This record gives sequence, C-alpha cells and structure tokens, in this order.
Amino acid sequence: MNAASSALQNETSVISLGASGLDRGVESSGAPLVRLLWQPVGDGSPEVAWSLAQLVGDAGDADCLGSRIDRANAEVLERILTAQPVWVDVAAHASEVWPDMGRTLLHAGPPIAWNDMCGPMKGAVVGAILYENWATTQQEAEQLVAAGGIRFAPCHEFGAVGPMTGIISPSMPLFVVENQTTGNRAYAPMMESGGAKTLRFGAFAPEVIEGLKLIENVLAPCLKAAVTGIDGGLPLKPLMSQSLHMGDDVHNRNTAATLLLYRAVTESLLKSPISRDLVHETLRTIGADDMFFLSLSMAACKATMDAAHGVPFSSIVTAMARNGVNVGIRVSGLDGQWFVGPADIPVGLFLPGFSEADANPDIGDSAITETAGLGAFAMAAAPAMVQFVGGTPQDALRYSREMAHVTIGRNPGFTLPMLDFIGAPVGIDIRKVVDESRRPVINTATAHKEPGMGIIGAGVVQAPMKCFVDAVGALAATAGR
Amino acid sequence: MAIQSSIRANLYKDSVSLMRISQVTVARTGVQRVTLLMGTRSNKEFLQQAGLMSPALESAKPGDIMIVVADDAPDKVAAAEREIHSLIAGEEPKGGSSEATAEAPPRSISGGVAIADHADLALISVPGPYAAAEALKALRLGLNVLLFSDNVPIEQEVAIKRVAAQKGLLVMGPDCGTAIINGVPLGFANVVRRGAIGLVGASGTGLQEVMCQIHRHGQGISQAIGTGSHDVSSEVGGITMLQGLELLAADAQTKVVAIVSKPPAPDVQKRVIERARAIGKPIVICFLGGEPAASAGNVHRTSSLEETARQAVALAGARQPGGDEQSIEALATRVCASLAPSQRYLRGLYSGGTFCSEAQTIWRAAGIRARSNAPLAAADRLADAAESHGHTAIDLGSDEFTVGRPHPMIDYGVRIERLLKEADDPTVACIVLDVVLGYGSHPNPAEILAPAIRRAKAAARAQGRELPVVCFVCGTGSDPQPYETQKAMLADAGAEIVGSSTGAALSAQAIASRMAVDDNATARRAMQGGER
Repeated sequence: MNAASSALQNETSVISLGASGLDRGVESSGAPLVRLLWQPVGDGSPEVAWSLAQLVGDAGDADCLGSRIDRANAEVLERILTAQPVWVDVAAHASEVWPDMGRTLLHAGPPIAWNDMCGPMKGAVVGAILYENWATTQQEAEQLVAAGGIRFAPCHEFGAVGPMTGIISPSMPLFVVENQTTGNRAYAPMMESGGAKTLRFGAFAPEVIEGLKLIENVLAPCLKAAVTGIDGGLPLKPLMSQSLHMGDDVHNRNTAATLLLYRAVTESLLKSPISRDLVHETLRTIGADDMFFLSLSMAACKATMDAAHGVPFSSIVTAMARNGVNVGIRVSGLDGQWFVGPADIPVGLFLPGFSEADANPDIGDSAITETAGLGAFAMAAAPAMVQFVGGTPQDALRYSREMAHVTIGRNPGFTLPMLDFIGAPVGIDIRKVVDESRRPVINTATAHKEPGMGIIGAGVVQAPMKCFVDAVGALAATAGR
Repeated sequence: MAIQSSIRANLYKDSVSLMRISQVTVARTGVQRVTLLMGTRSNKEFLQQAGLMSPALESAKPGDIMIVVADDAPDKVAAAEREIHSLIAGEEPKGGSSEATAEAPPRSISGGVAIADHADLALISVPGPYAAAEALKALRLGLNVLLFSDNVPIEQEVAIKRVAAQKGLLVMGPDCGTAIINGVPLGFANVVRRGAIGLVGASGTGLQEVMCQIHRHGQGISQAIGTGSHDVSSEVGGITMLQGLELLAADAQTKVVAIVSKPPAPDVQKRVIERARAIGKPIVICFLGGEPAASAGNVHRTSSLEETARQAVALAGARQPGGDEQSIEALATRVCASLAPSQRYLRGLYSGGTFCSEAQTIWRAAGIRARSNAPLAAADRLADAAESHGHTAIDLGSDEFTVGRPHPMIDYGVRIERLLKEADDPTVACIVLDVVLGYGSHPNPAEILAPAIRRAKAAARAQGRELPVVCFVCGTGSDPQPYETQKAMLADAGAEIVGSSTGAALSAQAIASRMAVDDNATARRAMQGGER
C-alpha cells in the first residue's frame, strides 16, 4: 500500500457538496472553497450514480474504463471538428440512393410501429403512400399499412434526416451532403412550401401531393443544376458559421442561411441552361420560406455526426431524434442501439387560437443540429429566438453557457460573438448530462397533434433524462466485457 | 387532523435546508406540523411509521421533495403550503437576471474542480446512497475525500478505499465527522492551535475531545485524520488508519502520534499495532472500550480520552497537567448530600457517540451496568430508546433520533425534551450532558441549554428533590462559541461543570457508587446477589 502522499503536501483547497454548514471551518480558515449546487445524478437512483462513477476518467490510470472513454471521446471530438460537410448533389429520387428500398418509408426519430405513431406521422405515411401511388385513398393506404405492405425504418439508420414527421419515400428527391474529410454522405428531403399543408406536418390533401410533385419535377432538377454549377459544391460549414454571426441558430432560425443559399444558387441558376420560368419558380420557393436552409443544415450535421459514430467506448451522443412519441439518442461507442424516453411537449409560444392542449409531443430529426453543437447550443448567436420562450438576450447566452456543462469541447468553426467569440459547445457527453442532471435543450417547432394541421407554435424542449441514464447503464455494462 | 400531502418534483435540497423551511413555515403560519423529506425509500418508510404516508406521495422519486402539512384548520394547511412553496422558490436564483446566469454555482465535482484553485479535497455530505459515487469521482480527479455521509454500502466503501490507496489518496470516512488537514478544520471541528501532535481517529467526538484537551493543555495539533467508523472492521481492514499512520510518520511537524478508536477487529488491531511499533515516533493508542493493554517501547496504551490527551501532551514535552480526581470526589460528596435515597440512577444524554461509549466503559469498569441504545454488549440494549431503564447512557446522535431531524449537536430539541422527562423520574441521581462546540455545532448551545437545565432542576425541586446535572464542554477558547463563556452560562444555570468527558463519567460514577451503597446492601440481604 502506498502512503497517501499527496494529502498533506499541497495547500488544502476544498470542494464541498451536500449539507450546508459543514464547511464553515474551511471558510473561516481562509482556505479556498468551492460549494456545489449538488443534485442527485440523472433520475436520482443511487445505482445509476454508482455506475456513472465507474465511467470517470483518471489522469493517473490510463487503463480504467473512464480513461478509455476519454480517449475515445477525444477522437470523436477531432472527427466532429475536422468535418467538412459540402452540398455536392441532389438525388432525383431516394431510390437512386438506396436501390433496394422497395416499399420502405423512412421516418423521424427512433424506431416505431404504425400502431404507435402519433397523428401527424400517420397522416404523413398516408400522404407518402398516395404520392407513391401505392394506394389511391386514405382508407386503402391504411389497409395497405395494416396488412404489413409497408416497411418502416428510422431515417437515421439510412444516413438520412427528416424534419418533423421526416417521412422519406422512394420517389422523393434528396439533398446530398458529403463530409469531405471522411467521404461519408448524408441525405435530407427538401422543405415543402405551403405552411400547414405539408407532408412533414402530416397533411395529405391533394394540394400537398401536388406540392411534393412540384419539388420532384421542378425544384429538384433546378437545384441539382445549381449545385453542379458550383465548382466543388457548396461548402456548408462556412455558410453556417456566417449565419450564426447574422442571428441564426441554423435550427429554428434559418433566415440568414436561406438568404446566403439564395445568393449562391441564384448566380449558378442564371448561368445554367434552365428556363427562366423554372428558375423563377425555384427562387420564389426558396425566397418564400425562411426555413428552407434547414434541410441542408440538418444534412451537414448528420454528415458530421455519422463520421463521429462508432468509436468504441465513446460516450458522445451522435443523434438525438424524436418520432412524436419518444425521443431516442444514439451514442458513438454503443453502435446499433437506440436509448429512448418519452417526448415532452415543447414550451413556448402558440399561434393565435392554439394551446398546449393541441400540441403533439416533440417530433423530428432536426435535433441533429443540437447534437452537432448548433441550435439551442448556439442560442447565444440567435437572441431573437428566445422570444419564443419569453426570454431576454441574457437567456440566450445562458442556454449556450449551460450546454457547455454537458459537452466535451467547443467548435472554433462556429463562434458566438456575444460570448467573446468563444466556440459553440459541442459533443454531448452522456456522462455529463447525467452527472449534472442537466438535459440537453432543443429549439423546436410545435406540431398540431392532428394530421395536417401544421405548425402551431415554437419554443424549446429538453431531451428526456431516461435516454441518457439508460445509455450510461449500457456503457457501464461494457466494462464487464 | 387534516393532512395534506404533495410533491415538489425534481428539486433536491439537503435535510438541513428542508428542516429550516419547516421551522420557518411553522413559525410564520402557526400550522401544527410540517414535514419535508426527499422521496427516498427510507424517508417513505419513516412517513409510514409516523402515520403520515399517503398515496399522493408514492410516486415521489429520490430527487423530489415530499411535502406533508397537518393541522385541524384547512385554511392553515393551505397557508402553510403556500409558504413552503414560496420558501422553496425563494432559495433559487431568480431567472432572467444576468447575475443568476453568470454566477450559477457548479453542480458536479468536475464542474467544481474546473473553477477551483487547485482543489485537492472533497468534503462530501450528500445522502449515503449517493456518497461513494461522489467520492469515486473525486478520487479519479485526484482529490482526497472526507466522507461525512453515513449509510454507505460497505462494498462501496471498500471499493473507494482501494482506489484511494492505489492512487496515494486518503478517504476519511464514511461516517467521518471531523478532521483537521493542514490547519483547515473540516466538518464538526474545533479551533485548535497547530502543534506537534498528530491524531488518527475512528471516532469524531473522541477526536474533538482529545484535540480540545491538547489545546487547553497548551499543545497543538499537526494533523487530525478521521477514518470513519467502519474503517477498523475486518471488511475494510483499517486502510485509512494505516494510511494515516504512514502520513504522520512522514510528516516532519508531527513529533507524537495518537490514535483514538473503538477497538478494531482483531486482525486490524494486530496490523495497526505492528505499524505503530515501527513508526519511529512516540505513539499513544486508545482503543476505547477494549481490553486494557500494557504499554511497550514507543507504544503507550491508554483507556480514556483524558488520559490519551494527557499522555500525548507529556510525550510532546509540554507540562504534565494535573488530574481531576480530588475535585471529582469533592463534587460527588457535595452533590450526594442533598439527594434522596430513591435517587440512584445515572442518565447520560449524549450528543457524541464516543462520549456515550466512554461513559459505559468507565461505568462498567466500576461495576455499574448501564443500558444504552448504543450498548457495549448486546445484552445491555434498551428495549426502547425513548425509555431509560436503570443506569442509562443514550446516544442521541444515533439513527433512531436523527431520521428527518438535524444532529443533536445542532438541534438541542430532542435532548431538552429528554432532559425534562428524566427530571420527572424520582430514581434519577444525576444527568450527564455533553456540549460540543466548534464549527458545524449549534452557534450558542448554552443559550438554549441553560434555561432547560434551570427548568429541569426546578421541576425536580417542585417534587421535593435536587437534580444534579453534570456537564462538560468539548471546545476551546478560540471556537466560534467561546469555551469559557459557554461554561459560565451553564454553571450559572446550576450545572456542575467538569473539565472532560472522562471526568464527567467518573463524577457520575462516584455519585452512583455513593447512592448505591444502601441499595446494594438491601439487595444483598434480599437476594444474596442479583445484578452487578
């Protein structure tokens, strides 16, 4: 046994946690003292607290599980920071990307069966079936699903991400974003214009299907021409970085990013042989929707986080996604598993005539932006966003400061002017979320719980602690192997 | 009575904060009873036993506050609930202000280390089921640990102490009440001068008493290392005690070492004594309540706290202090002169567990059998801790008195109730009280204890008896509650002030022996023997 050699050698400097008053002697002695605002970890269970403690890294013990996790996380952070997502192409149809997909519909969030889907997602499934001509009426579409004629899978498991219900069917065109550091690609459907009457909110009226056809027949070919006209494609990281400096969070505010995209495609389209009418139609669509860029933002984040996925032992979250019933997370070192918990109703403002009673629980893959250190994590860049939750610009800074407690690094590529240009916090560590009892914050839109009613508000929501607690348990269990 | 139960979800507060909110609510609203507890399994059991559990509380999680308000008047219940919620909210930083956002304190040990000035020790007093996890995190970050928390699973204690030993770090505890490291007082601790005597101890109040006496004898403390009460069991193997000895052996400032502990498990005791022999410094060992053992070489064995302090001071070369023996005899003679023959029994009402066992040890050696809620032998366990029986020594710091309430060194309420109850008992010859000063303890104990002593004595007098109350004060003149002032206030209330825990137990013993003479003779005549 070694002596406790360091106990008496240094000046005593104390961290105090628990009952008040036991550190008064320390205070009076003048020794340095930091008092914690201690809360039981995670869900408050002592078993989780003990598991978590096994995962803490140790500078003096390179072989302990925590130190292995720390090394894996350093690798993951490196992959996130060096990612170079570039918009390189538009796939005319999803079936070009996945030739074997057959009658598969991809959806937002963790896996879910038809019977368990929320209203908007069921509506979007019906809409996609009608769009694909696999059925001609709602009833036929539902019968087809009930008979097992449709296979469902999460977008995330196909390298894709979809906003709100996130339904991707074989005929839909997709943005293609390549991470040029690692070569992996990510895909996202284009934002439909039309506000409430969109498939992503579960609408399937004839005009919704028309809108999808417009995207397939007009928008996609034009944007494919536009991007191929840009030499080497459009690097998205610089564009997103610039947008942060213009007041976007590139999740729930994409006003600046959409303008920057508009600027890039305009010149390219005007150089292309495409007819003036189609160019006009395309530019009108992009120009009419402040959120148009979101699909590209999501695909850029997905291309980044997929490159960070699958590093053994890593405790970094590589996806947070919601299917309108559950929130699921994926963790880099726990490949092949979803950790799910019940989705909350977002807190924020409602459009006139709507209230919390109308709201669907949180839905969509767009929380990939928070996973990549944007969205609510970069809220300090987007003070206008906090108006949704009745906050002040100070609150916007607070979100970014607080999320730094659950992340392992900062992204020098995405800086926050109001916080002295410090990088946005990035790399959500399940250990820190549980240790700090601090749930990641997500900026989000609120969908109506009935199909096709559309957006009824916006605000913030937090990922459920259960996802992170379960993931900590799974990671701790790897120690025994 | 109307009982209203509710839950405040997802907000942890320590028991002291909850107690304070309860007290303030009762004071402001006049409601009869307020109970605030975190939603742990053991707290739910406690509510069940108290008849306060309700279905509304079953879903409470350990991180939720359970709120129980009881009163005959429904409007008072409602007012109390409002008060509770506003007090709970009042303690949180106000949302929206820039100060609250920028200055929010860290929540985790790693968060604390990040902003601290080279942190090297974690003082942990979170609830026991969470405590070892926090300790392990601290150790991984290179911090020594003082674990005040109790009720830590023994296998977790062993696990963290093994990690600590590997890393050359110290885990003081679990259930470690006090320590002084590099002159910094931790937990319940007195203000003592620095000096040549290094202490290692498995008992909090025992360490405090020895260090206070050393201070009062003019010597001082180099380091005082607490081990926690389970360290010397065979499961743990005395890991911290042995580490403490290594530290003090290597520490240049330490000239004399002293150990204060309950008797370790035999295998641990053997290892500790072997190590003590080789330490290269004079060492005083007091295994309180163990078999007397002979001193040899550098190892000096003692059997009371007072003797331990005196021996250490003598070995450190300071003046040899005189004993209390004469004043004890004089005190006993004087006190007994005014007692009625019915007054035969001793009642020790202790806030310090070590004092309770020292008294039992001293009384046992004198042939006095005392019952206790913390007995030396299982046969002497009180059937009901709330009811004394014959000679009785109560540890009011033990679990049955402290669930859902502060420790009796902080909150004198339970002890004062018990004092008044004992005053009503015509067989009581003498009450013994300890008063522990220092950080962590009540800010002015004599101020509330002195009037209670007056009331107790007056109550006995009204029934035609005198009630001697023997007090000792564990403290120093430098404590936040100065020693001399506290003693003077207690003496003014009629308490007999004795200089040490050992002296107090011996004084009580002397009184009991005098009062027992006739009784024993009667008993012998009647039964040819009987109880000791």
